[in-house]
Amino acid sequence: MILTHFSAVLLFAFFASIVFGITQRAEPRMMIRFGAFCFVLFVGGTIAASWLMYFIKH
Amino acid sequence: MATPATAKAQVPATTQSSSLPLMCLLAGWLVPGAGHFLLRKPVRGLLLFGSIVAMFFIGIALQGKIYQPNTGDLLDILGFLGQLGAGLLYAFARMFDWGHASVQIALADYGTKFIVVAGLLNVVAAVDAHSLANGRKAS
Repeated sequence: MILTHFSAVLLFAFFASIVFGITQRAEPRMMIRFGAFCFVLFVGGTIAASWLMYFIKH
Repeated sequence: MATPATAKAQVPATTQSSSLPLMCLLAGWLVPGAGHFLLRKPVRGLLLFGSIVAMFFIGIALQGKIYQPNTGDLLDILGFLGQLGAGLLYAFARMFDWGHASVQIALADYGTKFIVVAGLLNVVAAVDAHSLANGRKAS
């Protein structure tokens, strides 16, 4: 199986966010909100860190 | 300041069976989401099962490393403990020789992390089922 780095991030963020959403909140509506929040943080954090590394190198 | 009345209110009220929380913890560890199924929360159980099993098998497909019990490098010990959290999935991986003994390509390092995190998330899910069963978590 071959994945790009970004698709690996997306898969990791998607599945981890589902588990975090279900386990860290009690109400279904809040689970979805927290899961979406985690997903955005995972992906956004990775993109931010990638740009940071780019600017450190250049 | 907590009065005795409020302190008493924090004690879990749902103590139907003293063995249920332990059963949920054990079942949830062995099979991802099984603890939630025991608590009649099939949707959550199914989502947890799907997510954890998918992460585990993506890790295997990326040629991730399956750690053996060891007393060597600290990261190897922690990797083993993390993967052990996947319960029966880890046992099957050892029995059927899934994964690789060492990381051979760059993506395999991602695979190893997927497998370790699947195990850790499974522990989180099993503890959540335990908390639901003993009343520490509301619903």
